[in-house]
Amino acid sequence: MTADILIQVLVSGLLIGLIYALVAVGLTLIFGVMDIVNFAHGEFLMLGMYASFWAFALFAIDPIIALPMTALLLFAVGVIVYQTVIRRILKAPMLSQIFATFGLMILLRGLAQFFWKPDHRLISNSLISGNIALGPVQFGLPQFVAALGAVGVTGALWLFLHRTRLGTALEATAIDREAATLMGIDGQKMFALAWGIGAACAGLAGGLIATFFPIFPEVGSNFILIAFVVVVLGGFGSITGAFLAGIIVGLIEVLGGFLIGPEYKTAIVLSLLLIVLLVRPRGLLGKA
Amino acid sequence: MNTAPLLAVDGLGKAFDGLIANRDISFIIHHGEIVGLIGPNGAGKTTLFNCLAGFHTPTSGRIAFEGRDITGSTPEAAAALGIARTFQIVRVFQSMTARENVMVGAMLRNKRVAEARERAEQELEFVGLTHRADTPASDLTVSEQKRLEVARALATEPKLILLDEVMAGLNPTEVREASQLVHRIHLRGIASIIVEHVMEGIMPIAHRMLVLDYGAKIADGTPAEIAENPAVIAAYLGE
Amino acid sequence: MTTGTMTQSRKAIGAVALLALAAVLPLAVTEPSQQNFLILILMGAQMGVAWNIVGGYAGQVSLGHAVFYGIGAYTSTMLLVSLGISPWIGAVAGGLVAALFALAMGWPCFRLKGHYFAMATIAVAEIMQILVTNSDLLEGAVGLTLPMDRSGWGALIFLAKLPYYYLILGLLVLTVAVAWAIERSHIGYYFRAIKDEPEAARALGVSLTRYKLIALSVSAFLTALGGSFYAQKEMFIDPGSVFATTVSIKIALIAILGGVGTLLGPVLGAVILITIEEYSRTLFGSTGSGTDMIIYAAMIILVAVFSPSGVLGLLSDLRRHIGRRLPGGTKTAKADKLEVRP
Repeated sequence: MTADILIQVLVSGLLIGLIYALVAVGLTLIFGVMDIVNFAHGEFLMLGMYASFWAFALFAIDPIIALPMTALLLFAVGVIVYQTVIRRILKAPMLSQIFATFGLMILLRGLAQFFWKPDHRLISNSLISGNIALGPVQFGLPQFVAALGAVGVTGALWLFLHRTRLGTALEATAIDREAATLMGIDGQKMFALAWGIGAACAGLAGGLIATFFPIFPEVGSNFILIAFVVVVLGGFGSITGAFLAGIIVGLIEVLGGFLIGPEYKTAIVLSLLLIVLLVRPRGLLGKA
Repeated sequence: MNTAPLLAVDGLGKAFDGLIANRDISFIIHHGEIVGLIGPNGAGKTTLFNCLAGFHTPTSGRIAFEGRDITGSTPEAAAALGIARTFQIVRVFQSMTARENVMVGAMLRNKRVAEARERAEQELEFVGLTHRADTPASDLTVSEQKRLEVARALATEPKLILLDEVMAGLNPTEVREASQLVHRIHLRGIASIIVEHVMEGIMPIAHRMLVLDYGAKIADGTPAEIAENPAVIAAYLGE
Repeated sequence: MTTGTMTQSRKAIGAVALLALAAVLPLAVTEPSQQNFLILILMGAQMGVAWNIVGGYAGQVSLGHAVFYGIGAYTSTMLLVSLGISPWIGAVAGGLVAALFALAMGWPCFRLKGHYFAMATIAVAEIMQILVTNSDLLEGAVGLTLPMDRSGWGALIFLAKLPYYYLILGLLVLTVAVAWAIERSHIGYYFRAIKDEPEAARALGVSLTRYKLIALSVSAFLTALGGSFYAQKEMFIDPGSVFATTVSIKIALIAILGGVGTLLGPVLGAVILITIEEYSRTLFGSTGSGTDMIIYAAMIILVAVFSPSGVLGLLSDLRRHIGRRLPGGTKTAKADKLEVRP
């Protein structure tokens, strides 16, 4: 393998890894704040993709322009899901919690299939298209912009959690729910906020990749599994951990696919999960 | 004849992420002894229990049970050796009846369901819950659930039972009953360590008291000695 | 005790009556497509009861049971196709392979609690599907076809539906019997203890890992038998039909809908789910419309939010509710729970 190819592979891995990080950040935030894994997280991403697609197909709004709208829409979806379903199962047995978000996953997939058909759709001729060549290394402009967007959103989320009052309250709830409640933080409000932000992150990831990834009702299934690996690797509930782990998973996926065969790339990433569980169950940055 | 003390704790320490919960604690428990474990909130009593019962691995020090080193053993191994416990916040098996709860404890020594059921009847009788045997554990009052945890722990045929605040929230009559229960456990030859804030429940029956403050042992003696110990008084007044 | 014995014997009578009804049902239902419908229900029930052992009793939710189903189907089929070994032996071999696989995957995955264990099982099933799809030995995505030239009870291949009906009924009875035996032994008590309060169970000497592994491997064994039956009935398998995530979802759904942790809840769940699936197929045409998904997703969410014990739990709640309103109905002894303590 020549150095050029290696660099090419690493760049692709980095670009997709940043997207994985963005999807996982939302998942880990929701888990950190309320100990619930959102099985429907991949479906939030799917909805983000469809939002971009319809904005483009019906109103000729370019996906990149539609991003703020997608974020708002998915934030609303997240809050609505919290208020209608999740709020009722906060104290329910774990089984009910799993089934509720799991049922949500199937429901959203079913609705997408019902209204938008199971076809694969593509957004073509968007504003951002074509390739960039940096010396011998080539990559798609959409991928590059998506990765850049992912960094921007993750960074903004980090700033929100560490530099604003509301964000700090959310972070405090994630660290110690009871202590946060004693300090006068409204738990219910924080939970709804976590779902809104988590869904918006996934939706933004969907909007960012909609320009180069096929859009179909079950598209979320791949991303939720990879996001899960990222969350485990990064340490449950850790935003920084998820960000780093996302990049690592992207690199391993692309590198593994290149060395062993592209048909195995998902299997390689998922095997990473089992290895992490065996060797370091608390993840890279997780505490014991 | 085994001459080793039932439990010997030597220099036990436990830290969480740099936060020290227990430091250099040493004491001995003899067979059948009733020992009260007291101290202000956050003194490290529950952490000590968790170390003894195998739920935490101590950061330093040694725990020996009947002369055998059990430092860092698992809870199930500790239970098999004869260390039983109750939980500060009750953890009864909600979906089971009172009888079934105790049967799970009895199954440690005898896997046959019918025999475990008989054993459970005895322990329910011992703690006075026979009339509630068929009631789902989730429908019991908190005081009944606490007694149920004691019955469940006794069903494992322990040599040492760790009772974590079994008297908290009880009315005076119930506290007296709980004290009598502890005394009857002692009469069966089972040693007990009792974490308790309810002094009038523990002082009359304890043979010895251990006092923790800021994670360290500050006193070890008879209830009368403890009541006059200046360090203990200071610790409680300073709270 | 007397009330316990009475409900026990009443349950036994009910079970025998249900079994007798199932045994004579094909006399009334003679249309092959309708018989096929009944077979699908029994297959679903068998999967659900098998899943329930680990997911319901022990409370370890697996969303990757297709891996065991697929292992069963592929093991018996490979042994039959390449070595001519009878599926009677092949199915048992498949069960054993699945049980061993369960031990191997349970070891790392049981380090995860609750939600994350469920996720990890999906990942394992996904890995397996990818590996099998790309395996030349197992004919990859092409799939395996069972030999048409052999038929009868030795090869377990039949032209009529009826033998399959009785075969799967027998397998369901076996699966229920295993679940029942577990429920009544100390293992069943330990499973429920682990599900309710794992820490308290440990304090009573219950090894979580050991009993979770028992639950998963027994469940895997029985699920694999179901997979072997599927192969014999369809006479064709490929990764998409036995290893797919949708299979895992269906297995779990059946138990969830009917009622987790109850002996016959999954049977009820299978009746509901398979009926919805078949009717939405005939009503809305292709399965691609997503209506069946929407209907049962709505049902799971409702069950999760309002009645964690499934439709069976809902029915018994209803019965208790009605019983309380009628004169002479037993009042529950919850009154003293309300007493306020200082």
